[in-house]
Amino acid sequence: MQALKRGNSRLAVDTITVAVTAENALSLLAPYDIILDCTDNAPTRYLLSDTAVTLGKPLVSGAAQKYDGQLCTYNLGPDGPCYRCLFPSPPPRESMASCEETGVLGAVTGIIGNMQALEAIKIITGLHDGKPSLLLFSALGSPCFRSIKLRSRKPSCTACGSKAYDRSIMLGTDYIQFCGGVHPDWEQQGLTIGDASHRINVNDFKGILNSGRPINLLDVRPKTEFGICQLPSSINIPLKQFLMNPKEYLPSDPQIETYIVCRLGNDSQIAAETLRRVEGVGAVKDIIGGLKAWSRHVDTAFPIY
Amino acid sequence: MASISIKVEFSGGLELLFSNERLHRLTIASIVPIDNHTPKSEEIIEGETKLVDVTFLIHYLRDNLLKERVELFMENNTVRPGILVLINDTDWELEGEGEYVLKDGDDIVFISTLHGG
Ligand SMILES: [Zn+2]
Repeated sequence: MQALKRGNSRLAVDTITVAVTAENALSLLAPYDIILDCTDNAPTRYLLSDTAVTLGKPLVSGAAQKYDGQLCTYNLGPDGPCYRCLFPSPPPRESMASCEETGVLGAVTGIIGNMQALEAIKIITGLHDGKPSLLLFSALGSPCFRSIKLRSRKPSCTACGSKAYDRSIMLGTDYIQFCGGVHPDWEQQGLTIGDASHRINVNDFKGILNSGRPINLLDVRPKTEFGICQLPSSINIPLKQFLMNPKEYLPSDPQIETYIVCRLGNDSQIAAETLRRVEGVGAVKDIIGGLKAWSRHVDTAFPIY
Repeated sequence: MASISIKVEFSGGLELLFSNERLHRLTIASIVPIDNHTPKSEEIIEGETKLVDVTFLIHYLRDNLLKERVELFMENNTVRPGILVLINDTDWELEGEGEYVLKDGDDIVFISTLHGG
């Protein structure tokens, strides 16, 4: 906000730090002319679209993941389609990953965010041609940008279609349920205690490292993540490769304990469980909460990503 | 038998289902079975036929190019919710959706909607 003020000191900015929900969306957004969707999950995208339709306001929607971005203005003018016209039902839960899980290139969000701002300026100033289109960006594509001609409003759309839209339907929708339920919190799941004898917390593990006794430390993250940061003496065996032949990564001396680590403590549990089923293995433990817990409780200088 | 060449692209993460390749160039027969199965031989098609359309292409991709997880690509004989099909840079709904008859040189894009931000 300070950066915005530096650019234009006469700018009035209201900051509202409240989570948008089906209960408050209409009242929160009613005072404004344009809505920009910069959120990161399907339930909120449906909620904002339904709200924009109910309030009769354009919705400038930007999304980015990995190397790809999408920009679309919904509900523009008398017959611009809404989000539900294009995507009447949400995709299966397992096909939706958040940016935190899949990552996103910062420059891609920058490009989409800038285009989103430009789109909003065009609408405010009347420079927008009013035609519904979808802009696709792909950092690796050639060309990088493509602009797609879109359908107009769908008469059969449950949100903006010809049937009079009932506001109470929207307020009654459980958007999270509609989109397949709560997003799993992988960090919390990685911290679940489970069988205590099979798991070790980061502080106890630190003690083992300090003791200097020989251990077999396996890191099952993908190679690129291992390249970012790793614990000393750890060996990188990406989970997929590990599962193909877990035996291969056991120490030759069964007295040596095996410890398995990953980013949040989920993949390491899978790896440890698989290894324990192999005959004749020594002790196998996974590190609770993974490297994120390590960074939080043992070594705060250790990078979190 | 006559065939056509088309360009098929996957984007928004769908490429992961197709050997992580975004761009595929395909040559397919211009007359295909009406039930959308890929015939064993190009010469003999038993039963009724139709001109090759986008619905056939979707089935063809599933049966010949898809490596895993059919449910992340198809549902109820069409693409699953959340996938938008583009025919020569136009929303397929403006072109007749699955009934659009493919022409030589067409550019078909399958794009998964992104939620991240
Ligand atoms: Zn609609």
